[in-house]
Amino acid sequence: MKPIKFISTLLFAFLLVTACSKDNDTPEQAHEEELITTLKVTLTPSGGGAPISLEYRDLDGDGNEPAVITVSGNLASGVTYNGEIVVSNDAENPAEDITKEVKEENLEHQFFYTPGGDLDVTTSYSDSDDDGNDLGIEFTLTAGAASSGTLTFTLRHEPTKPNTGLSDAGGETDIAASFNLTVE
Amino acid sequence: MRHYTFLILLFCSISAISQDCNNTLSGRVTDFHDGSLMVDATLIIAGTEQAVQTDSNGKFIIGNLCNDTYQIQVSHPYCLTKGFSVKVFGNTTKNFILEHHLEELNQIIIDGKAYNDKSKTILQSSISKEALERFGSGSLGDALNSLSGVSSLNTGNTVIKPLIHGLHSSRVLIINNGVRMEDQEWGAEHAPNLDIHSVGNLTLVKGAGALQYGGNAVGGVIVAEAAKVPIKDSLYGSTLQTLSSNGRGALLTTELTKSYLNGWYAKIQGTMKRFGDFKAPDYILSNTGVFERNFAVDIGLNQFEQGFEGYYSFYKNEIGILRASHLGGARDQIRAINSPKPLIINDFSYQINEPKQDVTHHLAHVKGYKRWSGFGKLSLQYDFQRNNRLEFDIRRGDDKGDASLDLELDTHTILLDVDTHLTEQIDLKTGIMARYQSNFAANTGVRRLIPDYDKYDLGIYTIAEYQLNDQWFLEVGGRFDRTQMDVYKFYRTSFWESRNYDQLFPEMVVEETNNQVLTNPQLKFNNFSATLGATVILNDESKLFVNYSLASRAPNPSELFSEGLHHSASRIELGDLRFHSEVGQKISLAFQKKNAVFGYSINPYIHSISDFILIEPTKVEQTIRGYFQVWEYRQTHAQLLGVDLEASYVFATNFQYNHQFSLVKGYDKTQNKPLISMPPVSTKNEIVYQNTAFNNIRLALESEYNFRQNEYPNTNFEVYIPETETYETVDVSTPPNAYHLLNFNSSIDLKVTHKSTLTIGLTVTNLLNTSYRNYLNRLRYYADDLGRNFLINLKINY
Repeated sequence: MKPIKFISTLLFAFLLVTACSKDNDTPEQAHEEELITTLKVTLTPSGGGAPISLEYRDLDGDGNEPAVITVSGNLASGVTYNGEIVVSNDAENPAEDITKEVKEENLEHQFFYTPGGDLDVTTSYSDSDDDGNDLGIEFTLTAGAASSGTLTFTLRHEPTKPNTGLSDAGGETDIAASFNLTVE
Repeated sequence: MRHYTFLILLFCSISAISQDCNNTLSGRVTDFHDGSLMVDATLIIAGTEQAVQTDSNGKFIIGNLCNDTYQIQVSHPYCLTKGFSVKVFGNTTKNFILEHHLEELNQIIIDGKAYNDKSKTILQSSISKEALERFGSGSLGDALNSLSGVSSLNTGNTVIKPLIHGLHSSRVLIINNGVRMEDQEWGAEHAPNLDIHSVGNLTLVKGAGALQYGGNAVGGVIVAEAAKVPIKDSLYGSTLQTLSSNGRGALLTTELTKSYLNGWYAKIQGTMKRFGDFKAPDYILSNTGVFERNFAVDIGLNQFEQGFEGYYSFYKNEIGILRASHLGGARDQIRAINSPKPLIINDFSYQINEPKQDVTHHLAHVKGYKRWSGFGKLSLQYDFQRNNRLEFDIRRGDDKGDASLDLELDTHTILLDVDTHLTEQIDLKTGIMARYQSNFAANTGVRRLIPDYDKYDLGIYTIAEYQLNDQWFLEVGGRFDRTQMDVYKFYRTSFWESRNYDQLFPEMVVEETNNQVLTNPQLKFNNFSATLGATVILNDESKLFVNYSLASRAPNPSELFSEGLHHSASRIELGDLRFHSEVGQKISLAFQKKNAVFGYSINPYIHSISDFILIEPTKVEQTIRGYFQVWEYRQTHAQLLGVDLEASYVFATNFQYNHQFSLVKGYDKTQNKPLISMPPVSTKNEIVYQNTAFNNIRLALESEYNFRQNEYPNTNFEVYIPETETYETVDVSTPPNAYHLLNFNSSIDLKVTHKSTLTIGLTVTNLLNTSYRNYLNRLRYYADDLGRNFLINLKINY
């Protein structure tokens, strides 16, 4: 067989092999199922009165749009508040309630509350996980003397439990959201 | 068939006995390969047992023949004996052709090499099977690390990527049995999907000169070839077992080959490797186990004039990633970096949990070749690869245990290569390549890191080799590649607009949803690459290699399309759709001197790369999970300078001293600063005692010194700590200190039966159990590197 004949046979074979159809489907949009966009804290004065709400909302997750942080009002000195945290993924429609997942996996999660600057508040846990360790979806906050500073809410995944606070909790940070608060 | 012909013809010759028998048969015997004359070839006429030899001009003459058909056997010391059937009528002339170059086919080496040179004007290094086996349970990257000029970019101690003269990933081509690996090599934490034990010979070309494999080897080419199968009736095999103290693991690999004299052969090979958590000198590296399973089958016909091969290999590797390296944001990073030991240390386990990688690679090829006398060799190959990559992060809720990344990359390639001898002095290699690749990113509930795409490549190359005289050898080559990509990607609207893509590429938008844009980028790249070089033989002992090469590389999918959080790196990575091809120009010189006692080589090079694509931190992004560093790809002008030194000296009988030294400096010329992740200066010194007379005993002590990298870009960043209302620096750039490691290696061969040999080896790596961190290990922030490891190798050849 001559080289040219050989080559043409092979090229023909190649065309046969590669001339297959190809599908041009557009990909399915991936929903970021584990994205947390929103942390909402409701502080209800234990003696009654209008609740204060704190919200941290970042719809594009790790995208470049900044988060929208809102604080509805100032804390009153000497008042104890019952706090409740709701986390959700608002990028989904309808929004996904992630607090539920945290409750289901309560052994693997814990919230921490860290006052910063001069903010004079104390916090304590009001709920616990299935092993009786702190969980922190519900808590109480007592406002001290008039002051201002930050309050940071941290959710750790797979922390060491029990622990004495963020410093020895380990695990990975799922949420770290700070609010500027004033006690008056 | 041949036997029948023979019998029939034998019959004919008996019945024709009464004819006139004064005819002669004359002619020449020449070499198939280059047409050279064969002196002292023997021709024997079947039946009459008349025998003649060719003279110094390759001519012969046989007398007293009848008008008949004869069977003639032609033989030559360096050739395979061949039978011909010749019809004699009157005084007849007939030329015979034999195949002289047996070394191309089997392991009988006459004056050449069993493995061809990949580029003849670049000094290349190779690792033999025996040397590869010394690495026992190590990976391809570990083996390559032993060559000067090569280091590795590691993710822990099981994901090891070769770094050639400071370059890695898409810039390094890996050729596995003639197939260019398409195993998502773009990622810095993606190790080559190749079983080191299926390799018979590993060759490294430190440059882009080997154009037949691709034009985009800006860094270099690594060629892994299976061991050659001899053309003889044989059945042989070997089994290697490695036991290792660190990781409490074992490796078992075995291969069996059946070969026939007519060129047929079949080979099977399999490897299994299982390791638990490795250990640094002071603690266990939790979740660093590995479980690897591979096998390969190879069937073929290997004759001089034609042959074919069918090959299939399966590679599966499950790799645990250090648990303590999975972080959520910059503040976790500060905690991890400031902690002297990993934040998570569990008891030893074989269990591989998240974070982990699970990679499967299928590779199949069929290949055929045919040679024509006076024309050359033509080969055609089709190969198919399927790479499935699963990456598991620590996930929450319903997604727990599901992969975060699930990519399936299919590649089909057709290669047609022609090797011709234009004249006595000029060889021409030409070829075309067509490739179709498709990537499918499954919906895992995490935004896709690499989008769905179809990619079409077409390449054409020509390399001319010119043997000017006994001293000078010249090589010149060119290659053109065209790449076309058809991509479907969802962009976040906020990102799409912030980059002005909505103004630049409105035609790409397919549809817009509330916060995402579906786009269909169609990208085209035309790349030209070339090589020009010379090899000069100065005298019996010295050689000089000079090479200039031009390589062009189209940006890879991660450089173009990355957009979002890369968990394994704990950073946000952003690609750029506007990138064009990067073009590297490299001049490399090598001087080599070798004699029985002393040998050395010195290899300086300069490499200038325009539009070099690099990734570096640009800012810090605040998310609900805290701060993340944002790393953006950009193009710049890079320059690399370096030198590799190698020397060996036989200072006493059976004693040899080996030395290696590598230096590379890389700069970003646009911004006037050092390039990130450049290997620090390193030197290796080894004393080997080997005595072939005494069971081939071999003892080697190696010292490996890695200097501290003093030139690095400062990529540290500051993070606001709300509790204290202060800023804290995250030190991600300061390189770790220099370190020194001692390694011991020994082996001895024991004859078990007259056909089988048992090789026993003992290796100790990091003999002094030194704690160290390697600048090129991406997990160096979180844990020390490996501690002392005892390895026992048992190998039986049969």
